Amino acid sequence: MGIVANPHKTTGVLGWIDDRFPLTKMWKDHVSEYYAPKNFNFWYYFGSLALLVLVNQLLTGIFLTMHYKPSADLAFGSVEYIMRDVPWGDLIRYLHSTGASAFFIVVYLHMYRGLLYGSYRKPRELIWVFGCLIYLALMAEGFFGYVLPWGQMSYWGAQVIISLFGAIPVVGEDLVIWIQGDFVPSDATLNRIFALHVIAIPFVLVGLVVAHLLALHEVGSNNPDGVEIKKDKDENGVPKDGIPFHPYYTVKDLFGVSVFLAIFLTIVFFLPEVGGLFLEKPNFQEANPAVTPEHIAPVWYFTPFYAMLRAVPDKLFGVITMFGAVLILFVLPWLDRSPVKSIRYKGPIFKIALALFTVSFVVLGWLGLQAPTEGKTLAAQVFTVIYFLFFLLMPIYSKMDKTKPEPARVTS
Amino acid sequence: MSSNGVDVGKRRFLTLTGVAAGGVGAAAAAWPFLASLAPSERAKALGAPVTVDISKLQEGQLLITTWRGSPVWIVRRSTEMLNNLKAVDSHLRDPESQEEQQPLYAQNEFRSVNPEILVMIGRCTHLGCSPSYRPDYPAEDLGADWKGGFFCPCHGSKFDLAGRVYKGVPAPLNMPVPPHRYEGDTTIVVGEDPEVA
Repeated sequence: MGIVANPHKTTGVLGWIDDRFPLTKMWKDHVSEYYAPKNFNFWYYFGSLALLVLVNQLLTGIFLTMHYKPSADLAFGSVEYIMRDVPWGDLIRYLHSTGASAFFIVVYLHMYRGLLYGSYRKPRELIWVFGCLIYLALMAEGFFGYVLPWGQMSYWGAQVIISLFGAIPVVGEDLVIWIQGDFVPSDATLNRIFALHVIAIPFVLVGLVVAHLLALHEVGSNNPDGVEIKKDKDENGVPKDGIPFHPYYTVKDLFGVSVFLAIFLTIVFFLPEVGGLFLEKPNFQEANPAVTPEHIAPVWYFTPFYAMLRAVPDKLFGVITMFGAVLILFVLPWLDRSPVKSIRYKGPIFKIALALFTVSFVVLGWLGLQAPTEGKTLAAQVFTVIYFLFFLLMPIYSKMDKTKPEPARVTS
Repeated sequence: MSSNGVDVGKRRFLTLTGVAAGGVGAAAAAWPFLASLAPSERAKALGAPVTVDISKLQEGQLLITTWRGSPVWIVRRSTEMLNNLKAVDSHLRDPESQEEQQPLYAQNEFRSVNPEILVMIGRCTHLGCSPSYRPDYPAEDLGADWKGGFFCPCHGSKFDLAGRVYKGVPAPLNMPVPPHRYEGDTTIVVGEDPEVA
């Protein structure tokens, strides 16, 4: 027919497709001939697990929208209806609600891997930036999703988060009314949050995940040694320390998936509320605009930032601190001036700094779940300062630290 | 000016004007979408004033009503409660109610038209939670300066029995007093200013 045959020499149906669409090319570029370092360890499970959870959220989410009603009058009842009357509805909802927490668990571990092995360093800055955008989209998605059941925590959580914008000078108050579409969080608010949760943010999220992976496959994966495997290639142009993603890492990741699913499904089946941590108790009461629950705390994955918000005794500055704590992640690639990437070759100062940062983040997460007292507020202030100093002082301490020399090739 | 018979200057001019005109069009097209998010006519209509009968309100009691979807509190304060207001002045951020959180007719030491009756929007000025009514004192969990008032369980903000905010808490302002007027002695209309005599 006068067309140029595809370079993969495929025939039959696949050949017909490859003549018109880069199917085999994409398979090779991103899977069977994507060479990943051979020394991946435990920490490298969480990227593929995040993808798995994303698929879980999309699938279960689609089925939940088939029964859910996004109206202030009907939302709470429709969630009860899903739980009690829809066949398998409770399972689908628990898969979705547990999936939300699981998403943050794997993403936090995935990001921590980046911190450990310097995966944000040149030339992977954009992978990190796309990742931070994914994290941001995920936070929005998590918050919106939590509002949808229109329980007490949904309502008051929405009230608190939307009021954050009221801290903006001059336009704040009007902005809050515009966001809510009413003078208080109401039906209009719930309806638009539904639209954002099921259409806008998932759309952005999937796009960002594609960008994250394309950027990764353009520069290649980092590894626990933080050395570039592309510097040392064989005669075919394949990195000597690289192995094809398929079958090696597809099989490894499948093992990770099976372990993950065993834990995940145990929670889904036997303790989906995790003692009020994944699904908070006040959310089993319908939203009541006249009565605030005794103790308001966001779901666990927001609590470190929530603790920071409470630690600052000034509204505007508290909001700036909270958003600053997330936004500062974006510039991390330009803060680390260490000559080596991986924690394995970094010096004692960086290790101590990272340890302090880890403790701060975990303790802030715990403090954010507690009712505020003077002692706890003071502790939150101290750990907030440590959190920020980890980043702000990094250009200094990462440069003066005593590093060990990086090996030429990855170690096994 | 031209190369190979192409007028580059003209092309650039057309491109720039095209982009500019398209930009204006895109901004104009965005307007209806952004404006559609503002409160609807129905939401605005629901913001009408509400009438409250306070004849049965006992001393120390708090009555909750709703106006524009916000809780409105009406408290009948005892003489002791009113006397305690002075005692906490030094612990407050804005004891004189300088910030415009109340209509002029409620800008006094009691933040009310009738000293006994406090009318206030029951929302914390930090992030809008509804504080708890805590007239009890001394209260172990609220510190030595506590003389009764409102405590926000969300982030620990404290207000006295006139809704004035304590120092050192996240809330920046005193709690707002809504526009309201009396119809006779025992009926309050929340949402309307008094008619000027």
